Amino acid sequence: MTIKDKAAVVGVGATPYYKRGQSYPQTELSMACRAVLLALEDAGLSVQDLDGFALYAQACEPAELAATLGVPEVRFTTMITGGGGASAGALGVAAAAIHGGMATTVVTVMTVQQRDRRLGGSSVGGQLTYGQAAMGISRPYTAFSSNSGLLGPGHAAALIARRHMHLYGTEREHFAEVCITSRDNAIRRPTALQTTPLSMDDYFNARMIADPLCLFDYTLETDGAVAVVTVSADRARDLRHPPVYVMGSAHGGIGRTGPLNWKWLQMPEDDLVSSGSRSAARRMYEMAGIGPADVDVALIYDNFSPMVIMQLEDYGFCPVGQGGPFVADGNIRWKGGSIPVNTHGGNLSEGYVIGMTHVREAVEQLRGTAVNQVDGAEVALVTGGTSLLPMSGTLLRKG
Amino acid sequence: MTDGVTSSELRRGVFPGLQLQTYADETTEPFWSAARHDRLVVPRCRECGTFRLPPLPICHVCQSEVTDWEELPGTGTVLTFTIVHHPLHPDLAAVCPYVSAVVDLDGTQGEGARILVNVTDCDPAAVSIGAPVRIVFDHVNDDMSIPRANLVADRPV
Ligand SMILES: [Zn+2]
Repeated sequence: MTIKDKAAVVGVGATPYYKRGQSYPQTELSMACRAVLLALEDAGLSVQDLDGFALYAQACEPAELAATLGVPEVRFTTMITGGGGASAGALGVAAAAIHGGMATTVVTVMTVQQRDRRLGGSSVGGQLTYGQAAMGISRPYTAFSSNSGLLGPGHAAALIARRHMHLYGTEREHFAEVCITSRDNAIRRPTALQTTPLSMDDYFNARMIADPLCLFDYTLETDGAVAVVTVSADRARDLRHPPVYVMGSAHGGIGRTGPLNWKWLQMPEDDLVSSGSRSAARRMYEMAGIGPADVDVALIYDNFSPMVIMQLEDYGFCPVGQGGPFVADGNIRWKGGSIPVNTHGGNLSEGYVIGMTHVREAVEQLRGTAVNQVDGAEVALVTGGTSLLPMSGTLLRKG
Repeated sequence: MTDGVTSSELRRGVFPGLQLQTYADETTEPFWSAARHDRLVVPRCRECGTFRLPPLPICHVCQSEVTDWEELPGTGTVLTFTIVHHPLHPDLAAVCPYVSAVVDLDGTQGEGARILVNVTDCDPAAVSIGAPVRIVFDHVNDDMSIPRANLVADRPV
């Protein structure tokens, strides 16, 4: 017995997306509350119905959120460990809580304001401390990585991308294709932060950040909040929108994937030169009873462009090592692609709310209301990744 | 940026270090004691022979806690690397570009005993995957000796 089709996403809410720091004087709490209220309203529900929180990446504190919102009774609070990798997996945890009878109306929310801290490792106020003695690595062990010059997830992505290039012949042109596809999709969206066209020349003229990654290979730095509400499949059918069923969901990875990858990189090579998502992908497809050929649109966690290529491999859209030529052939384009990817513009061009913009887009695609609607979209893949255990993937189905 | 580092000491290509104390415990102290004497000493499982870095307390292959410390030749090869151009801290503008690499250490099984190091004293363009390197130690204080790597030009691959 699994959670397949036992629960559905019924509401989505979001604040505007802001360039880093520009959401001030709003706070992470106020934006989270606004997104949750909008998601409940979208579903035709209210705070009186809300009783569960399935969160990830220290999004916010459920106790504070529930008190602020005035939730009558809290029945379920879970925070998946790790970082943005668990974003898609939080939907599975919400479905499990509902199917297991622990809660009825579960919210998943992410809120971020990067005024006083920056997620990628850049210093704020002279402090360069991201990930120091954090995320489960104690100081005796950080002594083996903190002096390497590897300071954040982008540096690890650069190391992994270079090894992928070495083993498989992947080229910067392939990374560029991911960036250009995302930008083309973002251009048409009023929510997007980057809407000027991006050409191959623009890409190759951009400054290097951590070779082989340039500015455009990196996620945007964004403020904002996005929330979704999940309820049981039975109840979903009576609500405002067509249900978006959770077909399958998994999070995890092989144990040796390890903590923050720029402080680790001790995993077997086939896991190192990947998004780390293969095991979660396999379990997700098994639960849903479908395969990659059944997916109509893929919302892939794009903290760095090479990670889109590696997730395309790890989620089975092309063989391992073929992700570069696969994107170069136009397969991820909105129009004419075999598997349209990040039709919302993704973290690379729309905005970065640590995975939740991808969930929002999946729901809009399956409701048929997306700006860049994929014709006849019935199944959407949402993923989370890729800097530390767990990675996650969820398959959503049109009701 | 961190205790003991001032801008005047920064040198292009040499990452100054973020953690200048070892916070050594019983599982890591032998590494640092050897490093102070320019020796690369790494824990190895007595049961199955697997090397491990960082020196975690249990063998990840057979779960034994029985450990020997073995001296390695101090050479290795670059598994992968990045050339960091963008300074994540203003002080690092004097340091960028610098090279950071993952190195498979000679004498070990590689995976599970790799070392993450700044590759110094070279043209960043000269670094490549598979390049042979030697681990060197920068004795920044009485406690911390930062391992770094230098390219070895004359060693056969
Ligand atoms: Zn062992």
